[in-house]
Amino acid sequence: MTTTPIEQLVYERPESLSDVHTHYCPGCTHGVAHRLIAEVIDELGIRENTIGVAPVGCSVFCYNYFEVDFVEAAHGRAPAMATGVKRVLPDRIVFTYQGDGDLASIGLAEIMHAALRGENITVIFINNAIYGMTGGQMAPTSLPGMKTTSSPGGRDVETMGFPIHICEILAQMQGATYLARRSLHNPAEIRKAKKAIKLAFENQINGFGFSLVELLSSCPTNWDISPAQALKWIETQMVPVYPLGDFKNVKHTE
Amino acid sequence: MAKELLKGNVAIAEAAVRAGLEAYFGYPITPQTELLEHMAKRMPELGRAFVQAESEVAAINMVYGAASTGKRVMTSSSSPGVSLMQEGLSYIAGSEVPAVIVDVMRGGPGLGNIAPSQSDYFQMVKSAGHGDYKQIVLAPATVQEAIDLTMLAFDLADKYRTIATVLLDGNIGQLMEPAELPPMHELRKEPPAWAVSGAKGRKKNIVSSIHLQPEELETFNIHLQAKLKTIAANEVRYKEYMLESAELIVVGFGTAGRVAQTAVKLARSQGIPVGLLRPITLWPFPEERLSQLADEARGFLVVEMNMGQMLDDVKIAVAGQCPVEFYGRTGGVVPLPDEVFAAIAKLDQATLRAQRVTA
Repeated sequence: MTTTPIEQLVYERPESLSDVHTHYCPGCTHGVAHRLIAEVIDELGIRENTIGVAPVGCSVFCYNYFEVDFVEAAHGRAPAMATGVKRVLPDRIVFTYQGDGDLASIGLAEIMHAALRGENITVIFINNAIYGMTGGQMAPTSLPGMKTTSSPGGRDVETMGFPIHICEILAQMQGATYLARRSLHNPAEIRKAKKAIKLAFENQINGFGFSLVELLSSCPTNWDISPAQALKWIETQMVPVYPLGDFKNVKHTE
Repeated sequence: MAKELLKGNVAIAEAAVRAGLEAYFGYPITPQTELLEHMAKRMPELGRAFVQAESEVAAINMVYGAASTGKRVMTSSSSPGVSLMQEGLSYIAGSEVPAVIVDVMRGGPGLGNIAPSQSDYFQMVKSAGHGDYKQIVLAPATVQEAIDLTMLAFDLADKYRTIATVLLDGNIGQLMEPAELPPMHELRKEPPAWAVSGAKGRKKNIVSSIHLQPEELETFNIHLQAKLKTIAANEVRYKEYMLESAELIVVGFGTAGRVAQTAVKLARSQGIPVGLLRPITLWPFPEERLSQLADEARGFLVVEMNMGQMLDDVKIAVAGQCPVEFYGRTGGVVPLPDEVFAAIAKLDQATLRAQRVTA
């Protein structure tokens, strides 16, 4: 007589994700992004061969949440640090995890030149349109009119400039091979985000060069709205400014 | 190996290659550019990493990343470029990863000029960045010393998991002298236990300089200071010249020390009882030896190619036991032996007069 299992495990913690509580606020999508990366690392079987580079910002402690070797960069310098690691350990998988203040403001030179050089690294770029760790200041990605603690009257583009579109800018860099913007505001988009992350890591394994996945993310605490409203806000406010899609995929579409 | 005619910057670069350098990251700046150019040719020839970074900020952070793997890595720059590297230097110190930095000094402040200077003593010896730490500072006065101290810098950086710097003025970087290079060393095969390399068969390694809890950071800083104390106890280096029965002590490093040596020889030939102490390690500073000399000395003369930076450390060592005078040229002007001789003669007369008055 054969027995039919009454329980089937369909969802578990990825081996690459640490069994710890995170310091992230309720409703923040950093946790989702972390899980997607950990799932991809597991699926590709690269956990023991991967080195992560943590940023400065809310995800400064992300090295506590992945079961892989990690280095902690200075603000904005993760792509330079990743370059250093990758150039001496070219057979390892090196990724950076960076927020928008880190990558798109103070670290703009480092990310652009890493892309120009075609550094064979993977960059996960969290765009939540605000500085989270320091308490809700204007980011280079803040939307026009967006109220933050350093733009209390709303971002006035006349004096505070316009939002920065990283994927569109990096698409000009010949060394960049895969650039995609995805969103974490609903399960369908999260599944698409995971596919993009996986492709970005596969590109590195295949030696194609620089890959970056931008993830539109929520910050209910500093946006001062509920987690559910925050996901809606990504969809209704951020996506029109930051259109989703692939901005470059030279090795796969040509 | 035979002696060859070598330019300071090139000699340092080749010495680093032979010390087992696995990655060089740099940015062009006069008067150190030949160092970067030598690396650009040599490193790829040997299958090792060379990256011309987009800035000194990026270069030092590339060094930080590569150093986190436990491999021998370095960068080189000149004064304004080193100012930009201070961020990375502080992180490297806070993470205790070994790294070698070469600073070929030029005139400052600001854009200053590209002429030889010792304007970075404060920057390199006193504060290479934010936080409580020091870096080893080795100051060569000849091309041969530049080679030997570059080799030593890698050994000290590895031994203590610290930053070791080679600090020279543009004069030593640019001049050509006969010198002998060491044989090629083998590259390190296994990464050290703390390094990142992929968490294979072990727990993950993290290289970081953050300690959020105040007590935790205090504990780390106490640990760091204990290590620095060990370095200070073991690694002081200096050269003495004509110090036997010297009543006047000249102190100078690098090119200024070399010029002072000529002046001391001249003064001795005229009967002035003077000798030279040339610090080779600026940190750790030969404070104890200077303090001993101060017990017997009539006076000190500090000679520098700046407005008086090492002067402070000599004063601390002498601790008011006798007068400490200063002679310096700045802005890229190199002092001449005659000028230093005149300063020695002046100190001689002044301290003799003071002795008569006291007697």
